Amino acid sequence: MTHDEIIKTIIASAGVSHDAARRHLLQYLCQIQQRLSYIPGDAITQLARLTQLPESEIHGVIEFYSFLHKQPRGQYDILLSDSITDHMLGSRKLLQQLCTRLGVEPGVPRSDGLVTVDTTSCTGLCDQGPALLVNGTAVSRLSDQRIEQICQLIETATETSQWPAEFFDIEDNILRRDLLLADETAAASPDGSALRALIENGSDALLDIIEQSGLRGRGGAGFRTGMKWRFCKQAEADSHYVVCNADEGEPGTFKDRVLLNSYANSVFEGMTLCAGIIGAQQGYLYLRGEYRYLLEPLQALLQQRRDNGLLGQDILGKDGFNFDIDIHLGAGAYICGEESSLIESLEGKRGIPRKRPPFPVTHGYLNKPTVVNNVETFMAAAKISALGADWFCHAGTPESTGTKLLSISGDCERPGIYEYPFGVTIKQVLEDCGAVDSQAVQIAGAAGTTLPVSDANRCIAFEDVATAGSFMVFNKERKLLDMVQNFARFFVHESCGFCTPCRVGSSLLKDLVEKLVNGHATQYDVAEMKQIGALMKRSSFCGLGTTAANPVLDLLNRFPQLVEEQLAHSGYEPAFDLDAALQDARDITGRDDAGAHIEAST
Amino acid sequence: MSDTKTFSLDGVEIGFSDGDTIMDAALRAGAYIPHLCHNPEFTPHGSCRVCVVEVNGRQVSACTQPAAEGLEVDNGSDAIVEERRNLLQMLFVEGNHVCPGCEKSGACQLQAVAYYTGMLSPHYTHFFPQRSVDASHPDTAIDFNRCILCELCVRASRDVDHKNVFSLGGRGIGTHLTVNSPSGKLGDSSFAATDKAAHVCPVGAILPKHRGYEQPIGKRLYDKRPISIVGDVAANEPGNKGDRHG
Repeated sequence: MTHDEIIKTIIASAGVSHDAARRHLLQYLCQIQQRLSYIPGDAITQLARLTQLPESEIHGVIEFYSFLHKQPRGQYDILLSDSITDHMLGSRKLLQQLCTRLGVEPGVPRSDGLVTVDTTSCTGLCDQGPALLVNGTAVSRLSDQRIEQICQLIETATETSQWPAEFFDIEDNILRRDLLLADETAAASPDGSALRALIENGSDALLDIIEQSGLRGRGGAGFRTGMKWRFCKQAEADSHYVVCNADEGEPGTFKDRVLLNSYANSVFEGMTLCAGIIGAQQGYLYLRGEYRYLLEPLQALLQQRRDNGLLGQDILGKDGFNFDIDIHLGAGAYICGEESSLIESLEGKRGIPRKRPPFPVTHGYLNKPTVVNNVETFMAAAKISALGADWFCHAGTPESTGTKLLSISGDCERPGIYEYPFGVTIKQVLEDCGAVDSQAVQIAGAAGTTLPVSDANRCIAFEDVATAGSFMVFNKERKLLDMVQNFARFFVHESCGFCTPCRVGSSLLKDLVEKLVNGHATQYDVAEMKQIGALMKRSSFCGLGTTAANPVLDLLNRFPQLVEEQLAHSGYEPAFDLDAALQDARDITGRDDAGAHIEAST
Repeated sequence: MSDTKTFSLDGVEIGFSDGDTIMDAALRAGAYIPHLCHNPEFTPHGSCRVCVVEVNGRQVSACTQPAAEGLEVDNGSDAIVEERRNLLQMLFVEGNHVCPGCEKSGACQLQAVAYYTGMLSPHYTHFFPQRSVDASHPDTAIDFNRCILCELCVRASRDVDHKNVFSLGGRGIGTHLTVNSPSGKLGDSSFAATDKAAHVCPVGAILPKHRGYEQPIGKRLYDKRPISIVGDVAANEPGNKGDRHG
């Protein structure tokens, strides 16, 4: 097929209204990107016609998402996961090896168009890293040998479908099971028990049960699920929506990948349950682009549920219980994990957070009442429906009932998924995963909190250390500054750019952190970082901006001795690095000898 | 309009009606809350954060926060003013704002708000981004160096002119204003100097051609009185409904 034919098949426009096409814009773009490795100008023109949007706006959408490109990528588009845990497992050396071996620079397609090598934010494979994505499919457990094999396969233009199957083995690594994961067999079969309980008890009684269970949102913020569903149910509108947030972008978390891989039936059941309670007929699973390889299996599962009468018209024979689920793909934007950005993205737009109020429960998708919940929340709700509130709330603490899935990675012998009752101490978790000589844990990802191991008596709970599940361990050999630098760069890359403090502050912070790493920062710079961080925390528009400075502030406040060791003890060090400024000249001349450096020549 | 409900802005009672934001009520009462991306003719945006105020220990943007009975709003404490100054300093270092050479100097909202908050220097390290100037249109020029991403031109062109000439592209620190035309140039777009979008830019990014430095120093918009009295740039544009302030 020619490019033009491919574009025409993807945006087959018969009978599609302008509005429907707009909502589908990001999905069209993802499909074109996947097939052609870029979005050609022709496709933009056709999409502009179909959606009746200005072309500049379509450019704006493409430019917003990291996985969409206006210039062709290589036939093999390789993205190395750039999470700190990947770094700790040697990913930067592997990146260098890939680039040298294939003769490419990061981000620049090879002149013959065969391959592009680049980095991407955490791919959610921290327990089996270093990892990469090749044309959207994950390869885990990279090693020198595996990289060498990949280079050979690429140089011989071997289709990825012909690559060794073990390259694509992604393991669940469930190492501790509790309430949710206890039943290994029921997970795979679409049993419908939660929906039967709904039909037997009625939606009012079931909503009461969800409220009694004390279930709170598993995405980190901990809003009471029953209350959210009740607000949404009470909001009057001609349609309601259920959205599952599977944009698991927080560095170091991967439990949603495991749930969608092995427990998706429960997740879909929870969404259907929610639909039955709030009166929704349509739901969406927003799947992060990094998990694209889960799309086909999930779609097959949805079809299976339709065939079994668990989705579609008159679910389980109940007259008028109609609900179906579509899967929408993200395209590399961490901000879309924020629920209002996710809704914007679901509507096919740039993932810019909305101002609140109004909240999604009354004005969400298409401005209709919408419940947005995390993957794990829907699964827990389905289980509560089937097994009762008591079954759930006997575990955990009074404020944080039930269990929490932790994604554990970093310096420990047994990284993987651990399900614990809320209230478990960090010490216990560290013991169970085989962490020795720990220095610190990073809980809740880049936006989370850095705790020295002396705080290991603290608990995982909404009232103490809240987390969506990311739990990264750093031993005493590690330089925590590397982590902070990685996160500072991450936020520069992932800030949406809407509000001033986050857009500008994240870049200022990154530069100051680099100054610290390079040994040029002074006490003055430390004060600057604190001031910028506090400003971002107080005045940013959304949760990304208010948390983006956390790793820097935690480092400065909780690890002052590490900072002190790094400081230059002069009154003032310029921000301008003369040697770094010569880099362009070195690149142009191809020189890297001592005479081409300021420091070496003085 | 009789306002029976009130909230307190720095100790002064401000009346409001249902549906008002803190900014709406303050503007109507003639109380000044510094702002850049807000223009009362358009839907509130909340992106520049310069109108940040503190309400019940939380910081919110006055332009998006609904007014409520009995709120105690801090608009003028040293801490809030310092915060605004820092946000303005961030905007100054993000773009290339060279006031001494800028035609808009003296009549620029960014500069006027900066003076109002007592900003004496940009403080942070300059980014010196490489941005272009678009002089392709016969009547209007765009200097992207000065764009602060307030999206007022985007909103005006979309909601009033119904032309969609402007939109935002990129992400994060790479966010930039784009022009909807085949070449990306203003001259190839449907933009006209009579458009609303030509009269809402609070800074010197969208400027009329052929009349540079018309006002001598001393007679410029903010030369004699501060922005808190003079009001916004857009409100003082001849084409716009003016006198929002005394």
